[in-house]
Amino acid sequence: MSPILEISDLSVAYRTPAGDVRAVEQVSLTLNAGEVVGLCGESGSGKSTLAYGATRLLRPPALITGGSVRYHGRRITHGGAPADILTLSRRELHALRWREIAIVFQSAMNALNPVLRVRNQLLDAVQAHLRLPGDEARDKVAGLLDLVGIPRDRLRSYPHELSGGMRQRVMIAMALASDPEVVIMDEPTTALDVVVQRDILAQIVELKETLGFAICFITHDLSLLLELADRIAVMYAGRLLETGSSQAIMRDPAHPYTRGLLNSFPSLHGPRRELVGIPGSPPDLRDPLPGCPFAPRCAHAVPACGAVDMTLEPWSGPASAPAEHLTACPIVTPEASRKEVLS
Amino acid sequence: MTEPVIGTDAASAAGAPAGGAAAGGAAAGGAAIAAAEAVQSAAASRGPLAMQAAGLSKDYKLGTGAVLHAVRNVSFGLYRGAVVALVGESGSGKSTVAKLLAGQERLTAGTITLGGRPVDIRSIRAFRRYKSQVQYVFQDPFSSLNPVHTVGYHLARPVRLHQGDVKDVNAAVAALLEQVRLTPAAQFVAKYPHELSGGQRQRVSFARALAARPTVLLADEPVSMLDVSIRLEMLNLLDDLRTRLSLAMLYITHDIASARYFADEVLVMYGGQIVERGPAEDVTQHPAHPYTQLLIASAPDPDSISPGGRPPGDPPGGGTARPPAPPWPPGGGTARPPGTPGGGPAATGCPFSSRCPLAVGRCRQENPALQLLTPQRAAACWRLDVAASAAEAARPDPLSPRYRDTREEGQS
Repeated sequence: MSPILEISDLSVAYRTPAGDVRAVEQVSLTLNAGEVVGLCGESGSGKSTLAYGATRLLRPPALITGGSVRYHGRRITHGGAPADILTLSRRELHALRWREIAIVFQSAMNALNPVLRVRNQLLDAVQAHLRLPGDEARDKVAGLLDLVGIPRDRLRSYPHELSGGMRQRVMIAMALASDPEVVIMDEPTTALDVVVQRDILAQIVELKETLGFAICFITHDLSLLLELADRIAVMYAGRLLETGSSQAIMRDPAHPYTRGLLNSFPSLHGPRRELVGIPGSPPDLRDPLPGCPFAPRCAHAVPACGAVDMTLEPWSGPASAPAEHLTACPIVTPEASRKEVLS
Repeated sequence: MTEPVIGTDAASAAGAPAGGAAAGGAAAGGAAIAAAEAVQSAAASRGPLAMQAAGLSKDYKLGTGAVLHAVRNVSFGLYRGAVVALVGESGSGKSTVAKLLAGQERLTAGTITLGGRPVDIRSIRAFRRYKSQVQYVFQDPFSSLNPVHTVGYHLARPVRLHQGDVKDVNAAVAALLEQVRLTPAAQFVAKYPHELSGGQRQRVSFARALAARPTVLLADEPVSMLDVSIRLEMLNLLDDLRTRLSLAMLYITHDIASARYFADEVLVMYGGQIVERGPAEDVTQHPAHPYTQLLIASAPDPDSISPGGRPPGDPPGGGTARPPAPPWPPGGGTARPPGTPGGGPAATGCPFSSRCPLAVGRCRQENPALQLLTPQRAAACWRLDVAASAAEAARPDPLSPRYRDTREEGQS
């Protein structure tokens, strides 16, 4: 496994008159070449901020307050060493974005320009980043549509003439224009219905297999990640609570929040389970509590939760390789759960 | 010229063949009503009939002179204290049905009865009386609340409009907030929508609907905009409200798994028609119609992951030594050949025939009517026998032998 994008201790804050909103707090996450990492969290948990912070796409009042993001691509290096995205110059950033790291933005409806034809939007992206001559650029654009299975006659369409699924495919085609190493997908299927969602995810996996890019897949739907991702990182209130392979997360969730999430969605097959859910709502990041941010909603909270330092420690549950599966909760340990302290 | 295609997206823009379409649909129409009336709703055991829709149809005239049949021959009943789920993909006509019931759209054909009396809302006063009995909850709590008004204002208005006898409006508003568990109520009355979380906003929408003291609640995707961890609480709240206030509820969703847990009866819509209906558990566990089978196979379901694909502890992903690709989709396929996205409902015959793997000539010419399977279940398909045996052979996805293999490995 060779890492392609290494986020270490990244912190991002939003400056507001009422004080800093610490949206991402010391998050470390590694994306390996050709891997699908799922980043899961509810709205406001900082998952998009993490991705946009790591690619330096945030504008003030957002401020990166610490950490590093090392990119191990072939085409961009800093004198042989991996480039730190947080210290790249404007010119280097321009070379990095889209060619090395591409993003499929949330809600294709808003990300596409409604008054431009599909062809012109794709041309715009291709010419800005690849500097191809006119003919080649047009061929490239047509080829991109083939890649995502949209008929070429749709090049003349405006975004409103396409279905939601097609718009999302255009966004994916655009991201893949320059054979990137890393594709960040920010809720690419959230607004679509399940049948279209499955089509698009199947296509994403197929493209990943052919083109070999790594995917950081951001979503609030853990059930979808369990099927799609190799590894899953669970985020809550700007912190990572748990990382592990999807197998480990599904069979042997360590953190109470992950357990709650797994117990929140109704299943279609098998016997009807008792669904518990997670009572309460996420905390206010302007005024964070000391210790674990999930403690107020946690069924297993003890006074010691206020002193938890939120570093990820290995979890050695029955279905997990300890080096792979990390949790931020030192209270709920495999021993504790075996003693049936936990439900 | 007829083009019974729902939604203005893919199919119609692609110039799907139009014309000469209605024959099959019209012929099947009368029988469909008959079968739909013969079905005993699984929701009926909960309470008395509150609202009855019979043969609802809605056509839209398109600019081109073509007609879009958004809803065709839809019949069902809503019962006090029961939840009926309307499931289907975007563009299947499910929201149009709710708008017809809410009186926001005029019927092309069909009748709606409320409490046994045919609905007539042509005068403004009649419409207002109707509204105080039938309320609508919108999908998006971020756009359905006015950002410049407080929660108190949002609730005080419907209280004054619909509860004419109420003396103390503030107390009524507080009672509403407590009903949707926004407590302490005093803390929420003065807040603006932007100060609330998504879940809290949707609770305000519920409270606003309840302010009219309705008997029927039409909930159009009430939880699909909310986070997964909040959804369950919200459905539990709705569940509690329908029991306590004995509301007749129509729950519109594209998430058939939530319908399994929350609804008494499930109606599956495709191309403006009900293609299958029956008790929620029955329909989700033994789907009869190929579209329902596809819908269920498409829903993300972690239980279907095979350990054969990725053994625990095996380092997944990564550079050189990569394990085989995860089985996504576990169903292995979609209802249409890859590379041909956006196939909409068919113009002639069964609307699903353009995507159905089991479609034969008859499916493309004649629109099937709902047939009774059991007293509580019905499905509209010419090939139900084939669909049933395919489903039996490879549950839950009849379309892919690959899926079956991984499932069996998973069990061994």
